[in-house]
Amino acid sequence: MSARLRVNPIMCDGHGLCADLLPEMIRLDDWGYPILDAPDVSPDLLALARRAADACPTLALLLDEPDG
Amino acid sequence: MIDERLIPRAGPAGLPRLLAGLDSSSETMTLAEHEAVHGPPPAISAADLLEAVTRSGLRGRGGADFSTAAKLRAVSGRRGATLVVNGSETEPASAKDRVLLSRLPHLVLDGASLAARAIGAGEVIVKVGDRRARVLTALDAAMSVRREDRVRFTLVPGPEGYVTGEETAVLRYLERGIAKPRLVPPRPHERGLRGRPTLVCNPETLAQLALIARFGADWFRELGSDADPGSVLVTISGAVRDPGVYELAFGTAMVDLLAAAGGPSETLQALLVGGYFGTWVAAPEGMGLRLSREELRGAGAGLGCGVLIALGESACGLHESARVIDYLAGQSAGQCGPCVHGLAAIADSVGALTDGHAHPRELDRLLRWTDEVRGRGACHHPDGAARFVESAISVFGHELERHRRGRCSAPPAGLPLGETALAPVRAPAARRTARTARGARR
Repeated sequence: MSARLRVNPIMCDGHGLCADLLPEMIRLDDWGYPILDAPDVSPDLLALARRAADACPTLALLLDEPDG
Repeated sequence: MIDERLIPRAGPAGLPRLLAGLDSSSETMTLAEHEAVHGPPPAISAADLLEAVTRSGLRGRGGADFSTAAKLRAVSGRRGATLVVNGSETEPASAKDRVLLSRLPHLVLDGASLAARAIGAGEVIVKVGDRRARVLTALDAAMSVRREDRVRFTLVPGPEGYVTGEETAVLRYLERGIAKPRLVPPRPHERGLRGRPTLVCNPETLAQLALIARFGADWFRELGSDADPGSVLVTISGAVRDPGVYELAFGTAMVDLLAAAGGPSETLQALLVGGYFGTWVAAPEGMGLRLSREELRGAGAGLGCGVLIALGESACGLHESARVIDYLAGQSAGQCGPCVHGLAAIADSVGALTDGHAHPRELDRLLRWTDEVRGRGACHHPDGAARFVESAISVFGHELERHRRGRCSAPPAGLPLGETALAPVRAPAARRTARTARGARR
């Protein structure tokens, strides 16, 4: 049961910080909006995923972490 | 237990069911006429109704196709539950819901009242497009003559627009006057109108429920198949002699659906199954396809809200598809980047390919875009548009080369972007349709 990233597409304005901070998981489409091919966050990327979610200017990147 | 006395001895085993009693006028059925055809609303407990709906296998008729019993159970007994009848019907080539609401309002309101009482809702809100004058008048009159003691009906007109009929857009409009989808989760049955558990139902689903409550699950399942039981309303338009709304059994083949609508008016090249939210299926290969979820899925299609448009050989499938994707792109709610930008770019790309002025690698880029927009909007509008375009490329691919060389098989014809030209609503010409469907049961 791993942590999962997701994008709130209504809040997202395509700033693109997430793709800069976490290129391993996020790439941008032709208009600057994030594409998340696989939402599961591997343990070695968890810290980066938390940073990316915190850095989003519109709080559109959400990290769901399992309890415990 | 269903009251045996309520099951007619010579039960309505065939068709029509929902459309029974309609004549070729455009009159609204009065409450007395409605009860003369179907009998009075049954005195049935919430538990018995839930059981009957569960055994019937009824699925939603608004396009999402969820189990109606599952939706009822999800909301049942929770505090402050509300029922919303989604009469938006924004799919341009669909007319079944406005036929039901304007001519058979008591059938829908019976179902709404029964469902509301089953889930413990005291309020039923019926939302309809504000330009549907006949529907609004008929519903208003019907609501005022009903003797409901435990359910309060409210009629709310709302704006037109393709995505305004999406269930969260309906709820957001009712709450805040903004008819745009919300992100899920939470789903309406968890947190809906004013944060309370809300059941959003299509009018036809409730009409079916009203008859299941009267005649039972076994009766409902006498038509169709085990996997796809019952009857369904289909709006058939395009290159057919008698476009209109028809009630047919699940399991009916496309060729028989078209025959019910008077047959093709010319040789057909394709069928648009499921409307603008659906996909193209080539004819004549698709003619034997039956109204079965499994069979349609196997052909990359789905019935959606019951729309079938026949495209004749005199039309150009690319031109018609370009018109549809232009419309869909323009109907984006404008909330999500991938939808706003992606659909606009996709529409431009289809336009360039149709005009024959596309870059040699335009098609590759188009198909990358249709792949990329999927799942990246708050609602399924971009998904539907992408799927529609991919089916157009697949079915009309041969046209692309012709258009690139400045030719075309046919000039643009014109799928309905507004009202469907409706023939008088009537039962299918042949009861054979019901027999055929029964023969298809395993």
